[in-house]
Amino acid sequence: MTASTHTDTLLGDRTPGFAAHLARSGPVPWRGGPGRLVADLETAGLTGRGGAGFPAWRKAATALNGRDPVVVANGAEGEPLSHKDATLLRDNPHTVLDGLQLVAEAVDATQAYLYGRVSEAVLAERRHHDRVPVTIVAAPVRFVAGEESAVIAAIEGRRNPLPRFRTQPAPVSGVDGRPTVVHNVETLAHVAMIARHGPSWFRRTGTPDEPGTFLATVSGSVAAPGVYEVPMGIPLDELLAMAGGTGDAVLVGGFHGVWAPADPIPVSRAGLAPYGGSPGAGVVHALPANRCPLGFAAEVIRYLAAQTAGQCGPCLNGLPAIATTMAALAAGQAEARRLEWLTGLVTGRGACHHPDGTARFVRSTLTVYAAEVQAHQHGHCTKERA
Amino acid sequence: MTGHLRVDWTACDGRGLCAELLPELLDRDPWGYPVPRRPGPIDVPDHLVRHAEKAAALCPLLALRLGRPVRR
Repeated sequence: MTASTHTDTLLGDRTPGFAAHLARSGPVPWRGGPGRLVADLETAGLTGRGGAGFPAWRKAATALNGRDPVVVANGAEGEPLSHKDATLLRDNPHTVLDGLQLVAEAVDATQAYLYGRVSEAVLAERRHHDRVPVTIVAAPVRFVAGEESAVIAAIEGRRNPLPRFRTQPAPVSGVDGRPTVVHNVETLAHVAMIARHGPSWFRRTGTPDEPGTFLATVSGSVAAPGVYEVPMGIPLDELLAMAGGTGDAVLVGGFHGVWAPADPIPVSRAGLAPYGGSPGAGVVHALPANRCPLGFAAEVIRYLAAQTAGQCGPCLNGLPAIATTMAALAAGQAEARRLEWLTGLVTGRGACHHPDGTARFVRSTLTVYAAEVQAHQHGHCTKERA
Repeated sequence: MTGHLRVDWTACDGRGLCAELLPELLDRDPWGYPVPRRPGPIDVPDHLVRHAEKAAALCPLLALRLGRPVRR
């Protein structure tokens, strides 16, 4: 990616210091009172970039109704194939922190947190510019660490922060029962950009229904793996080509994602809906042409089963059973029907979406690679040759 | 008033009392955890609300919650 002016790209010019940031972008563009930002975010149509794609303005609008809200920048990034949050926090942390301050101003919060890996020095150099003090909370290295209720548990100081059963959404009742707005760090960087350049600038790219850009982490059989800022709705084959990628099937949305062919499919919620997926947190992984997709899927699911928080029975028991069955399927020793039954059994039955995401990946694998499953049942693999 | 049942999966350890008290709505999965007889949200029709209340109250881990139906 080449950036010219650097004030309108998420990763800036990769000079992360505060002095360079101030010179480039100017001070925090305060909106002068609670609520002013919410209308801009709604007009911009910004959705969460952490995976769920929830409209950003709604969280703030809900939290405004409560007392003493808390705002959180979520940079946990538990997905192993995703590096965009770490890259953003390393290369342009002050745009994220500007966004955090702006959301804090919008909901009249008195406390802000950054959940993830950022040094205290980054906060120290901007201390006199911030209106709300920011506390850094370390995120454990765990797939479900970034799940909203796990984030809240970590901020509350739980020693082993895990997803929790919730009866109310976080913007109503989160950290210690206070209204809590949790945004992915990339979402907050977009918030700062929208405050600086305006909602119509944000809508200049992307699709009318899903405007703006997103950070894609491209990996697998690509010549230049890395993080790319691209318009929402970019054709999947074009995105792959940007990174010098080859291969015919691409995993979109990470280990909780779906397979899609390397065709001109728009990488957007609408474009990926026919495949049962969404851009998620922007993970795009090209499977090497000579790699057995069922073997790959078995490895992914073994990892996901090991990443269960171990709290919810269906996930604790179901994911290892799915992992074993997928491995057997890859060895030509199990039937797809058993996997379909097991995935149905875990769906919707957990405190978080870990079982649902795992089930989504399994279903997509069985659908997209149905012919491969058949071949394996007859004792051979069409991709890997002995 | 109809209701909606939710399971706190972090609390449930599959003792199975709810499925015994509310067999019209709940079955048990291979590991003993409650599973709805029909996939999706567990809506409770009027004539079963009292049974659902009882099941929720008698769960030894207070893992079963009866609330208002989920708006979708």
